[in-house]
Amino acid sequence: MTWVNAIVQGVLLGGLYAMFAAGLSLMFGVMRIVNLAHGALALVAAYGAYVITDALGANPFWSLLAVVPGMAIGGWFVQKLVLNRTVGPDPLPSLLVTFGLAVVLQNALLQFFSADSRSLQAGPISTAALKVNSSISLAWFGVLVFAVAVVLLGSLSVQLSRTRAGRVLRATADDSEAVILSGVDPRKVYALAAAVSFATVALAGVFMAMGTTFEPSSADARLIFAFETVIIGGLGNLWGTLAGGVILGVTQTVGAQVDPSISILAGHVAFLIVLMVRPQGLAAKVRVA
Amino acid sequence: VSAHPPEALLVQDAAPGPGIERWQRGSRAGSALRISAALAIVVVLGLIPYLQGPSATYKLTNLFLLVVLASMWNLLAGFGGMITVGLQAFIGIGAYALLYFTDQGVPPYLAVLLAAIAAAAAAVPMSFMAFRLTGGYFAIGTWVLAEACRLVIVQIDSLGRGAGRSLLVFNGVEPAQRQANTYWVALAVLILATATIFLLLRSRTGLGLIALRDNAAAAESSGVRTQRAKRLVFVLGAAGCGLCGALFLANSLRVQPDSAFSVSYSAAMIFCVIIGGVGSIEGPILGAIIFFVLQDQFANQGTTYLIVIGLIAMVMALWQRTGIWGLIHERTGFSFFPTQHRVTVGPGSLPDAAVPHGGALKAH
Repeated sequence: MTWVNAIVQGVLLGGLYAMFAAGLSLMFGVMRIVNLAHGALALVAAYGAYVITDALGANPFWSLLAVVPGMAIGGWFVQKLVLNRTVGPDPLPSLLVTFGLAVVLQNALLQFFSADSRSLQAGPISTAALKVNSSISLAWFGVLVFAVAVVLLGSLSVQLSRTRAGRVLRATADDSEAVILSGVDPRKVYALAAAVSFATVALAGVFMAMGTTFEPSSADARLIFAFETVIIGGLGNLWGTLAGGVILGVTQTVGAQVDPSISILAGHVAFLIVLMVRPQGLAAKVRVA
Repeated sequence: VSAHPPEALLVQDAAPGPGIERWQRGSRAGSALRISAALAIVVVLGLIPYLQGPSATYKLTNLFLLVVLASMWNLLAGFGGMITVGLQAFIGIGAYALLYFTDQGVPPYLAVLLAAIAAAAAAVPMSFMAFRLTGGYFAIGTWVLAEACRLVIVQIDSLGRGAGRSLLVFNGVEPAQRQANTYWVALAVLILATATIFLLLRSRTGLGLIALRDNAAAAESSGVRTQRAKRLVFVLGAAGCGLCGALFLANSLRVQPDSAFSVSYSAAMIFCVIIGGVGSIEGPILGAIIFFVLQDQFANQGTTYLIVIGLIAMVMALWQRTGIWGLIHERTGFSFFPTQHRVTVGPGSLPDAAVPHGGALKAH
């Protein structure tokens, strides 16, 4: 039964990983940018929520109202002013710029907030749990995060396939030159995609902060888990991303059940196995987004 | 076409019809001057332990290793088209291999060599996994491999698990002597690494690599065995990083998995190469010196230097892709390590307008 519990907890954890991965996948899908600052951005959002919560003394859920739109606007500007200059067939410029951004953000957080661990107290929901039986209990907070992840991925998926903005986004991902002929400015589309990506990573970052302790160096693990989730799930499939997150989460919690010190390693091994056996991921499409 | 035509005669002397000229910048006299300059620098650097105190020797050892690391990153990214944030895997493996082999009774500097071989050996299977990914995903994929290596090392009791361990093999050796020896070995590694990269790039494989970086599909269809060339570079880079990891440990005597496998090594390498200039041999050397000086200047202000350097690197990546060395090279045309190939165009084979730079296309 402890194993079943480990699997259940892993599934819930996978929801958070999928939430992190969605933004990474979207930016790669639309503008071929692998955003190495993705983890650092999650931490910026987490610290943003920390500062707001601290100042207002309110429940950290309220901080989402400021942090998510704030990060979206930030993403729009970062893409517009900086990353649009790096879009192109050569991956080097965008990697260098996002890596530089990651290092700058992470060290700025370190300067402002020190290396101490912080946490956000989300109130009663953070401790409430649904006891299924003596060994399985579902933390309501975990269930909430998973539900938010499903809604987020579902609505992103619907937006991409059904709305005009989604069509323009997919068209730009397919051929950024051809869309110009239809009167679309790819740079604006990229800025929109970055805004959405930053908003999702902000959401994930704040949920992470409510669930566990965090410090500036947590950014590295966040980026790596998001990346593993994307690759395991297969590029360009949002439901695949959810599956990828669940697989990573379950491997980590089951690994922890065997020996707590191998939890993260187990996740890496699962990723490497997928990479060797099925490098296109579990549910890959040919084109992305 | 003679091997070393003087610069001014180049275009007129070119054979009729298009051809490829190899690294012909400068004359015989220029080469002789460069070689003597290099020898003079090496001799002066070699004398430093006699002239300066142990703290200068210690710092310079770390600078040499930083130059080697930056050159390795540049070899992968600037010539092999492989951008990575995971080379710390091999730094960590090198350090821990030195620890392991000296535990087994191998003499320390022979163990340094074995550490490089161990890193290269580890790179072979890792390349098969990492090469499944390209571009940015390759970059993070190699980082995952580095993390996996770290997490395996922390499981091993005899290597000190998460807390790390001290290198005991130098117990009883006079510290100044050990530091000087390590310094000389690091200097030798620096020379070896630079010479290896220089000769590799001047070889047929090097030409294939540059072609591969510029256009993988075209290179492959011209008969470059791309996977093999990339793997060769990856393994060479791993060996270089392994040497550095072992020598960092020989210099500091203490190893910890979190710092030996730290991604901040990647940050240092990347910033050195970007500031100095990617895709040249001189760039990473210059960049490492700049990085080192900035790090030293801001040493009392925590991680401020990383913020400053990160911002500089972002600006360079956006507006000055060829780095500071690129700026110097464009202005003066000077190359300390000429590896360029140029397409020369004979009269009548192509309209002049199609050929920039007065009849010579830079193929570097």
